Amino acid sequence: MSSDDSVQRIERGAAFLDVRDLKVHFPTDDGLVKSVDGISFQLERGKTLGIVGESGSGKSVTSLSIMGLHKRGVAQISGQVFLDGQELVSSTPDEVRLLRGKRMAMIFQDPLSAMHPFYTVGQQIIEAYRVHNKVSKQVARKHAIEMLDRVGIPQPDKRVDAYPHQFSGGMRQRAMIAMALSCDPDLLIADEPTTALDVTVQAQILDLIRDLQREFNSAVIIITHDLGVVAELADDIQVMYAGRAIEYGTAEEIFESPQHPYTWGLLGSMPRIDRERTERLIPIKGTPPSLINVPKGCAFNPRCNYAHLNGGASETDRPELLDVGAGHKVACHLSPGERAKAWETDIKPKL
Amino acid sequence: MIVSAITFSIFYLVPRLAGATPETLATRYVGRAATEETVKLTAERLGFYDPIAVQYWNWAKGVVVGAEYDYGSGVESCPAPCLGYSFITKQPVWPELLDRIPVTLSLAAGASLLWLLAGVATGVLSALKRGSIFDRGAMIIALAGVSLPIFFTGLLSLAIFSYQLGWTLPGGSYTPFTENPVVWSQSLILPWITLAFLFSAQYARLTRAGMLETMNEDFIRTARAKGLPERTVVVRHGLRGALTPILTIFGLDVGLLLGGAVLTEKTFSLPGLGKYAVDGIVANDLPKILGVTLVAAVFIILANLVVDLLYAVIDPRVRNQ
Amino acid sequence: MTVSTEEIDPTAVPGVVEPAIGEELLSVNGLVKHFPIRKGLLQRQVGAVQAVDGLTFNVTRGETLSLVGESGCGKTTTGRLLTRLLEPTSGEIVFEGRNISHLSEGKMRPLRRDVQMIFQDPYGSLNPRHTVGKIVGAPYRLQKVQTEHGVKRAVQELLELVGLSPEHYNRYPHEFSGGQRQRIGIARTLALRPKLIVADEPVSALDVSIQAQVVNLLEDLQKEFDLTYVMIAHDLSVVRHVSDRVAVMYLGKIVELADRVSLYEKPMHPYTVALLSAVPVPDTKRKGNVQRIRLEGDVPSPINPPPACRFHTRCWKAQDICKTTEPPLLQLAPGHQAACHFPENQPGDKPVTPAASEAS
Repeated sequence: MSSDDSVQRIERGAAFLDVRDLKVHFPTDDGLVKSVDGISFQLERGKTLGIVGESGSGKSVTSLSIMGLHKRGVAQISGQVFLDGQELVSSTPDEVRLLRGKRMAMIFQDPLSAMHPFYTVGQQIIEAYRVHNKVSKQVARKHAIEMLDRVGIPQPDKRVDAYPHQFSGGMRQRAMIAMALSCDPDLLIADEPTTALDVTVQAQILDLIRDLQREFNSAVIIITHDLGVVAELADDIQVMYAGRAIEYGTAEEIFESPQHPYTWGLLGSMPRIDRERTERLIPIKGTPPSLINVPKGCAFNPRCNYAHLNGGASETDRPELLDVGAGHKVACHLSPGERAKAWETDIKPKL
Repeated sequence: MIVSAITFSIFYLVPRLAGATPETLATRYVGRAATEETVKLTAERLGFYDPIAVQYWNWAKGVVVGAEYDYGSGVESCPAPCLGYSFITKQPVWPELLDRIPVTLSLAAGASLLWLLAGVATGVLSALKRGSIFDRGAMIIALAGVSLPIFFTGLLSLAIFSYQLGWTLPGGSYTPFTENPVVWSQSLILPWITLAFLFSAQYARLTRAGMLETMNEDFIRTARAKGLPERTVVVRHGLRGALTPILTIFGLDVGLLLGGAVLTEKTFSLPGLGKYAVDGIVANDLPKILGVTLVAAVFIILANLVVDLLYAVIDPRVRNQ
Repeated sequence: MTVSTEEIDPTAVPGVVEPAIGEELLSVNGLVKHFPIRKGLLQRQVGAVQAVDGLTFNVTRGETLSLVGESGCGKTTTGRLLTRLLEPTSGEIVFEGRNISHLSEGKMRPLRRDVQMIFQDPYGSLNPRHTVGKIVGAPYRLQKVQTEHGVKRAVQELLELVGLSPEHYNRYPHEFSGGQRQRIGIARTLALRPKLIVADEPVSALDVSIQAQVVNLLEDLQKEFDLTYVMIAHDLSVVRHVSDRVAVMYLGKIVELADRVSLYEKPMHPYTVALLSAVPVPDTKRKGNVQRIRLEGDVPSPINPPPACRFHTRCWKAQDICKTTEPPLLQLAPGHQAACHFPENQPGDKPVTPAASEAS
């Protein structure tokens, strides 16, 4: 690699999607809400990143700010987001708008409220297609029917004229996906795409997202609180807590050898259908912190069973997200030895 | 039907309770100078001695098939829809109403168009720029508009624009649209604005509230995520969603107004239905009152019907039920 | 806790022996709830939402029975029928030997202290204008129960019991997080020491880490107070963790009812099999190499459910008989009932559930 190359990469971002130190802060009457407080990750085409966290961890705000959909004027946003070499944070709202829907698209949790109740499904897909493509309504309509067919909606030529309320929950989410994919985007962000759906329908939608990703070779970010869903889809997983990433790694690493006590907590809290039933779940004590009043030092320290091992560092220093080998990153003061010991003796046997 | 029956009873019974007899009522037709004999005869011919149900039946029959009135000085036929004769002017009510409907219609149409445009536009801008100087100013003016009575704003505008500046015609004149559209609009512009000011204030507040709610909906986020220009997001997605409740109230308001914008017509001396009704009430002229009430009721029912139909056009979820 | 059962239940007659654990507390026979659909000016009935259509099951004292199923299967309606927030169209609900199916509101009131409900939305079910003390103490006031050291003391003890601080007495619901609100709801439910608690999705609105806290709390309380739970849930992993027995519902009917182990390891009804195989599992090794059963389409409308076996439109094993004859809920193995013409995992068969075979 020549030096020219590296300069080029710094300016244009190293990966297809390159997020660097993204911060989204909201000033409120009660204080500054640091919804996202320094997030960095990279994502290539054809890969899926799962962002996992509880409510208030900043996972949804991250995705909305990549899309430029955060509340304008209110949010203070800093850092860099490169999409295929174009920096988005410093771009004008109109430049970002032209990318939205065309190069990056999004699907939401509740497909009923996410679709306009007064327009037919077809009209909404046609609208999405025609913003970015100069075609006639007839051509766009044909395209909409094709898209509906592609996401597995039966009789697409008839259903195209139906209204969202005439669709079932699963069909609506399929239609949302059809709308999001109508301009063949390179990046698809799915924010809790199956949380509002029944389990059998959830399985269908997850299959659909996986198949379409292969077909379109797009980068996918899936945001969810359900570790089962990310295990189904994600190549890499980022675990978020109180606006920051606390662990990042491949899906295998996160599930087989998680490093952060919060990740252990999440795994321990979940009853597992695929393992022997445990007598008791191992919850994380306490409640997630308020984003106005994030604990000093490691935000997780009041809830962490191992914080006392760090000689006070947990309460004073914020741990950085550091590589512990092969791209697996963790933000924790525990020494690798302590972590390995805790995982092998305390946690793993109880899962 | 029911409305006319209730109105009929009220305006028949109230004078009686106040001490009026069939004779005093009949006096209104024949004049005070008439002898007692004539009065009694007239009262009988006009059916004032009949029980209220019979009187109502005769009146209602007149509306449907027409009626003949015997004044003693010859029988006059009153073709359907016969709403009776005015006690005072002795003219049939229906043709008089027909003369006045265009005035009220012109007033209501112009004013409603004006307030809908002004109110909704102000409301949308206010909602989008929430907390800005524009928003606060507009909402203060809106508050003033809602609370100031029409005879105040009306007379004030008359005084300034008509008498001081001479820009518009003073009240009292009405030229049909078909005769001279320019004069028509000139004579109506002040009432329009006055009326619209009152209503648009209310509409601005409603629109603002509706828009604030709608712009927080998930489907607005979806529209933005598609990359639609902000204008399209606001108008096609936001406004369309916020407009439904406004439409309902709009329909009712227009319906009410068509029954006569009493204060406005009185203030600007416009010969419309409202003024006609007021004159009728003042003179205790029952057929006039009944006529206007019936016409107003028909307008309100029609307006409601149109709103319901429009509702189905706007909101497909209503259509399927 | 110092509040003894005597104070809580002044109606308890000395000498009457409470039935021991293992006895039937609640039994439901042919329970039906149809919601009429009315149309037109005369409100003529044009059809009915067959929310619950012939349920028969019983609940044993001290156990946890879960009702699972997808949206529209009638599990929430069933919960509301059991607590008599709704009146059944037909069928009977017998609680402690007493038919409560059509009891009037007034006659139901004394029973309300025995049968309580926990709701899904911990915020919507708490009055925002009342303090926690008032909310949790309300059952005492409504049922006019005397407490030894006053209502305040009793409430504070309840708060401690569910893991809240007694100082929270004067706070308002909005000052609490979702998990804490659910604890407040549970404290209120426990005030009168009910025998049966119907919990409608008690943890599904909560974050994962909090979910586990509440699940553990519910289990602890069950042990401490011999509670009987009817749990309504859609999360099959949570259901497996908390239940002794599980009833799987589909379109208003129970399609399978079995103890936890046999249901999860040897599901018989194809719907149960599909449901279990659809659960996403946090295990990357499973990704791609497990043959899944994928159901086509969505759950049909309960207004016009398919005839005979209601699952036949989505079932991969469906034959002609499934479209014409409704399969009865039969005992196919000890403690294992299923309503299917072609059940899976018959005794002697090789187990086919992906989840269980993966775990073993």
